[in-house]
Amino acid sequence: MRFVDEFRSADKAHALAAKIAGLCEPGRRYKLMEVCGGHTHTIYKHGLEDYLPEQVTLVHGPGCPVCVIPMGRVDDAMALASQPDTIMTSFGDMMRVPGSQGSFFDAKAQGTDIRMVYSPLDSLKIARQNPDKRVVFMAIGFETTTPSTAMTVLRAAAEKLDNFSIFCNHVTIIPAMKAILDSPDLRLDGFIGPGHVSTVIGCRPYEFVARDYGKPVVVAGFEPLDILQSIYMLMLQLSEGRCEVENQYTRVVPWDGNLAALNAINQVMELRPYFEWRGLGFISQSAMRVRPEFAQYDAELLFEVPGVRVADPKACQCGEVLKGVLKPWECKVFGTACTPETPIGTCMVSPEGACAAYYNFGRMNRRRVVEVSIS
Amino acid sequence: MTDTGTGRGSWVDEALREHEEHAEHAGPEPGRASDREQQVLDRIDRARRRRPKVREERITMSHGAGGKATRTLVEAVFLDAFSNPLLEPLEDAAQLHVNGGRVALTTDSYVVSPLFFPGGDIGDLAVNGTVNDLAVSGATPLYLSAGFILEEGFPVADLLKIVASMKAAAQAAGVQVVTGDTKVVQRGKADGCYINTAGVGVLEHDMSLGVANARPGDAVIVSGPIGDHGVTIMLARGELDIEADIISDTAPLNGLVADLLAATPGVRALRDATRGGVATILNEVATAAGVGVLVNEDAIPVRTVVRGASELLGIDPMYVACEGRMVVVVDGGEADKALAALRSHPLGADAAIIGSITADPPGMVLLNTAFGGSRIVDLLVGDPLPRIC
Repeated sequence: MRFVDEFRSADKAHALAAKIAGLCEPGRRYKLMEVCGGHTHTIYKHGLEDYLPEQVTLVHGPGCPVCVIPMGRVDDAMALASQPDTIMTSFGDMMRVPGSQGSFFDAKAQGTDIRMVYSPLDSLKIARQNPDKRVVFMAIGFETTTPSTAMTVLRAAAEKLDNFSIFCNHVTIIPAMKAILDSPDLRLDGFIGPGHVSTVIGCRPYEFVARDYGKPVVVAGFEPLDILQSIYMLMLQLSEGRCEVENQYTRVVPWDGNLAALNAINQVMELRPYFEWRGLGFISQSAMRVRPEFAQYDAELLFEVPGVRVADPKACQCGEVLKGVLKPWECKVFGTACTPETPIGTCMVSPEGACAAYYNFGRMNRRRVVEVSIS
Repeated sequence: MTDTGTGRGSWVDEALREHEEHAEHAGPEPGRASDREQQVLDRIDRARRRRPKVREERITMSHGAGGKATRTLVEAVFLDAFSNPLLEPLEDAAQLHVNGGRVALTTDSYVVSPLFFPGGDIGDLAVNGTVNDLAVSGATPLYLSAGFILEEGFPVADLLKIVASMKAAAQAAGVQVVTGDTKVVQRGKADGCYINTAGVGVLEHDMSLGVANARPGDAVIVSGPIGDHGVTIMLARGELDIEADIISDTAPLNGLVADLLAATPGVRALRDATRGGVATILNEVATAAGVGVLVNEDAIPVRTVVRGASELLGIDPMYVACEGRMVVVVDGGEADKALAALRSHPLGADAAIIGSITADPPGMVLLNTAFGGSRIVDLLVGDPLPRIC
């Protein structure tokens, strides 16, 4: 299939893997973080780790949109959804994320009107079809999805659709990366940069990582060869003693980002002074809220939102997993109390979550499996 | 939330308590990372073998999706209540002994939305699905029942169309609808038309087919391209604004099965791949027989349209439903003969050997990806697509 198979060629992968192995200095270990959950998913789904030498470890980062939503915000969303004459719309990923009183799926089973949409614009359609209901879109995600939420609000404003609003939970990736770089318990050698976020924000915002923290960044695409090539580019920088921001995903990511998308965000939203991230705690200037000019589309102002901070279950170690300090299987409840069917933590929910990816695709002893495959 | 008493807190506490009870295994021992990882994998394996329990207080869509939640519901609720040796194998049809003869009995309900879709409608689906459940148990399908639940206001013209395609499908499969039932519910209490069919067939062969029979060295075959039905339904709903040239694969498999069983005595198990797709069947084989299943992604036949739609939607064709495809587990030495028999039938023209049964690791399905890596293929969690059949 065109535009897919080219990026999944096993021959090219073998060639790249040999080059990566050739760049490993004897005795040195390399820890590279893929920031984005989409990359984590690709890595496990295609079994990419089979190509990496033992010296190279991939650490899974915080860039999974639903993984970083704190429990309190899920509870707030539930409170919104259970208001009379209200329809909550949400991306499918979000449906299973547990709050302290269950997930959207559980609430739906109890009669709350929560509908899955593929695009925020579908929420507008629902709003038009149900003029006597208030339709609230559960807006989540990094810069990848923020522009489409912003465009939806602009469209609603243009149509004067006043039964539509958003519950804004959009977050920004740079403060999260900074939080990880400042975290004392993690030593990384480089970053595989998030491809789709960079489509919007470009590559410039990562320059501080190379300049101030001395870590190379390579913005990568989402096909397995994209990721393997990015690993090669990082290894090459490390072996040559360079430390730069490079763009592997040139077919999609412009160096300066997408100005139209950034303008749309800017027009509708502004930075919050601070926002809670699941597992990472409060990070200043790390999330967006609706600007006062668009207050009539801000569900946080239209409805009474409890806004209570809810602590994660004590046994849950999502924070450590999101920071890359723990591998998914190192969490105490991984796979026993916390499974994809009854997730305690968010990392087990989304297909982009590191725990779900490992549980669904990677739950095996690689050496033993290689033996089986060969025999 | 309207009912705060049914919160998440309760089961989280319970899950954690259960976890603590097994605490002697919890927490990897210090040691080499790969050894510690293996300990965790073993612990998970034990947890997965524990008796399934329905933790939800209410039925969710996941319980009908054919994946883990469905299995849990079936085992913890239905099997627990009705437990008997005929039910316990959880095969597609029960095998009964009646006055010295062997008979297969099965039932299935159809709630597909939309009722009419490219390549078929709920009528032929209701016949073919039940015929196939009988066929893959090795039986010759004979008689069907048909129960209709109709919603007030449902167009009689649509009902006539549905019944006409049931009639055509029954003729094609060589079965008769010999008993039935009709119920009507108030507007809003159902979605147009639901159909239940039950089917009876005779088992003429001595062979006993069942997924528990799979053993290392066996080959795994699929009878044609996978995922056509699921993708057709998804696109027919029109919610995705994707158009593609694809029709449902709904078809009766009894002719194909008869040809296959006549060609080789080496067939160990047959399953038609409906909800949950081929991946779910392979997991059933691995679990029931206590074997590993090793599949090559490259070898799995998938139409480009299905692959393309799956890529766009972020789903895996291995989990997408078929309504006229089956998975065959056959003695490795007989695989070529089986493949030839399938391919000489129009419904099996694109049959392919996709993998093999291995001794290790028991209970798991492993996939060699087209990219050249490896991963496991687990039962699906959640619901990619409700009301597919």
